[in-house]
Amino acid sequence: MAAPSAPRASTVEFRHVTKRYDSRAKKTPGAVNDLSLTVPAGKICVLVGPSGCGKTTSLKMVNRLIDPTSGQILIDGVDIMTRDVTELRRSIGYVIQQVGLFPHQTIGENVVTVPRLMGWPKARQRARADELLALVGLEPDSYRDRYPAQLSGGERQRVGVARALAADPPIMLMDEPFGAVDPIVRERLQNEFLRLQEELAKTILFVTHDIDEAIKMGDLVAVLQNGGILAQFGPPEEILARPASDFVARFVGADRGLKRLSLSRVGDLELRPVVTVPVGEDVAEARRRLRDAPIPYLLLVDDQNRPIGWVPDDDIPASGRVTEELAIPMSPLLDRRTTLKDALSMLLDANVQAGIVVDRNRRVESLITVDMIAEWMREGAADEQRVDGVAEPATVDA
Amino acid sequence: MIRWDWIPGNIGQLAAALADHVVLTGIAVSVGFALSLLLALIIYRRRALYPPIAGVAGILYTIPSLALFAFLVPFTGLSLLTAEIGLVSYTLLILIRNIMAGLDSVAPDIREAAEGMGYTPFQRLVRVELPLATPLIIAGLRIATVTTIGLVMVTALIGEGGLGQVMLRGFNFRNYAAVYAGAAVTVALAIVVDLLLTGLGRLATPWARARGGT
Amino acid sequence: MDIVRLVADWFADPARWTGTDGIPNRLIEHVGLSGFVVLVALAIALPVGLYIGHSGRGAIIAIGAANLGRAVPSYALLLMFFPIFGLGFGTAFPALVLLAIPPVLTNTYVGLCDVDRDTVEAARGMGMTEWQLLRIVELPIALPVIVAGARTAAVQVVATATLAALVAGGGLGRYIVDGFALQDDGRLLGGAILVALLALATERLFTLVERRLVSPGLRGAPPPGGPAYEFAGQAPLPVGSAGV
Repeated sequence: MAAPSAPRASTVEFRHVTKRYDSRAKKTPGAVNDLSLTVPAGKICVLVGPSGCGKTTSLKMVNRLIDPTSGQILIDGVDIMTRDVTELRRSIGYVIQQVGLFPHQTIGENVVTVPRLMGWPKARQRARADELLALVGLEPDSYRDRYPAQLSGGERQRVGVARALAADPPIMLMDEPFGAVDPIVRERLQNEFLRLQEELAKTILFVTHDIDEAIKMGDLVAVLQNGGILAQFGPPEEILARPASDFVARFVGADRGLKRLSLSRVGDLELRPVVTVPVGEDVAEARRRLRDAPIPYLLLVDDQNRPIGWVPDDDIPASGRVTEELAIPMSPLLDRRTTLKDALSMLLDANVQAGIVVDRNRRVESLITVDMIAEWMREGAADEQRVDGVAEPATVDA
Repeated sequence: MIRWDWIPGNIGQLAAALADHVVLTGIAVSVGFALSLLLALIIYRRRALYPPIAGVAGILYTIPSLALFAFLVPFTGLSLLTAEIGLVSYTLLILIRNIMAGLDSVAPDIREAAEGMGYTPFQRLVRVELPLATPLIIAGLRIATVTTIGLVMVTALIGEGGLGQVMLRGFNFRNYAAVYAGAAVTVALAIVVDLLLTGLGRLATPWARARGGT
Repeated sequence: MDIVRLVADWFADPARWTGTDGIPNRLIEHVGLSGFVVLVALAIALPVGLYIGHSGRGAIIAIGAANLGRAVPSYALLLMFFPIFGLGFGTAFPALVLLAIPPVLTNTYVGLCDVDRDTVEAARGMGMTEWQLLRIVELPIALPVIVAGARTAAVQVVATATLAALVAGGGLGRYIVDGFALQDDGRLLGGAILVALLALATERLFTLVERRLVSPGLRGAPPPGGPAYEFAGQAPLPVGSAGV
């Protein structure tokens, strides 16, 4: 087996794929009509859409659990119908919502199902099982010999992912893999999976009905509407900024502006410097700094440059030193990786204009305000308008 | 050589035996049901009694019927009583289990709603829980009745037996037409009774019908 | 108590333990016949049940077998085969095999049906062949129910083999039948006790077998004490010799 640090990933192409369940009707639930798209190697492509739009059907056609009525699916340019079904399926990782772990086998045995089918030697199976369990955040010694019934939903999902990765497949199919767990666990699983993908860089087809999940997880998003018709295909930013039709706009939601905020992070903005004053500083010096501050507040910091609170200018005493009691901790602390959506939310919750951006050691870096975020959104919208052609002239001869 | 012509001439005998058979079955199932219902209600109040009661019923059920009758005969003789005691014993396990399963199948939120609305425990039992337990109870009755129909045959050995008598006598006198006729009527009886009880079950649960499925 | 003395004396009699009519011999006849019947029934019903359960085809056979098996009393089967096969083993054997097939067939079918569809889909999606799916996934998961079916069958066979004595066969039933005929209460009750013990022991044996064979990961899933499956789809049919 190639070293895990040399990822292999394949391209997946749908060419005019159609699946009809009823020869007379085009739009029965689960049907797919003339779907064509290409997923480049190493990318996550999310298929998203309302119930019955054919996204799961499309997914299952890749590992031939369902066969198309017409059209072709190609992996690395090879039509999958020319390949042996069993060999095809063993080379594709498959994760479903209910996981489908084998209750009568231990977690360790479950994880190496495909390697065992492929005839790997026992020692290698065992090593691989431990490696994968660690990869998905489950301590091998504790989990290897347990049974699925003893695990929680979130733990089982992780085992499902580990099992799909066991034979190091170049493609993974994931059908609402995080749907059966509660939102807190789901978010954690999503984040961990994204981190895993950074390492493994596999080609992943991911089905979900949740547009937020699609935007978060996908490098490319395919929006499907009833009848398996492709409404739009592109990076999440494009889907949000320039929905191709009313359907897409409606599906994405009226709050797509806000959704775009979740795609950008605090670090993407040009941040403002913040005026700080360390504890124990002379009052006169504090007043001097205040003159240059953009807002009538000073940020009190400790000797490590970590924020303590805001000091309003009226509260600075006439003489003496600046002390801790003067500070009012009002603002939320954010780091550069916080999404703009979370940042805005935190600021609104705290009912303040400004948030303090700190580094990993909690040291003050800069300031971010609600106005800055609003300004950023406006700029993005202006881009939109320009491209939509508000300023474009009608075709004139010349 | 099987003398099939015996049959038309002896319809009367078959009919009488059938009637006997039905009576024996009817008594056994009715008594068994009453007893099981009583025991089930007791268990329902005090769960701890379930394992011992079910255990005893289970042992009775496992003991081959011939052996069970053999145990009884020295005490109660070759009589209807012996037959009925044996037959009733076999119905206990099936009926108790099914009644309990039926009562347990009532969702806790329904029970709570009934309690919240002011039903006394007795009213709740009679108006809500038992009706909802009906499908499983009827299923239990079906199994118990069909099983009993089969067992009644064995009681022929102790002088009862309904259609079993016809078969046994036929067997002893090498009248094999009687044997097959008796068997056929027994099977027919079992099938008819099964269908009747299924129909009864549908009637008793109009809400399941409305949903379109059983 | 008279009766207790009668039975104790019967057991105590040394003649009881030797010869053709001795307890050891009758026991061997009984167990031998029962064991052989169960093996044959398993050999017939298991493959058929596995095929129907896995492929979903021919379910009507499994349903039909269950209903027929319930409706036709074992005693009747014995009597019906007699004119064809005559005295002894020849009659008892086919009747008992026919008796043992329905529980195994039905339970195997239902056990396979009950395997979680998601588990099956995951297994197929991972690239198992149909045979691997059956062998590695479906069969082990369905095992508790299948063993329960075998247990029902075995107990029923042991119980009905008692009646084989009626068709001049051997086995422990001889004591009961002869006891009735000769009005010998000691023999009657002694035989009854032996038969009852054998039936209970058979049930115990299969429960132990189940415990050894079934994966610990499946514990805590129904059925534990092991009711076999009633095909009506609702209530489980208990293990036992009723029908005899």
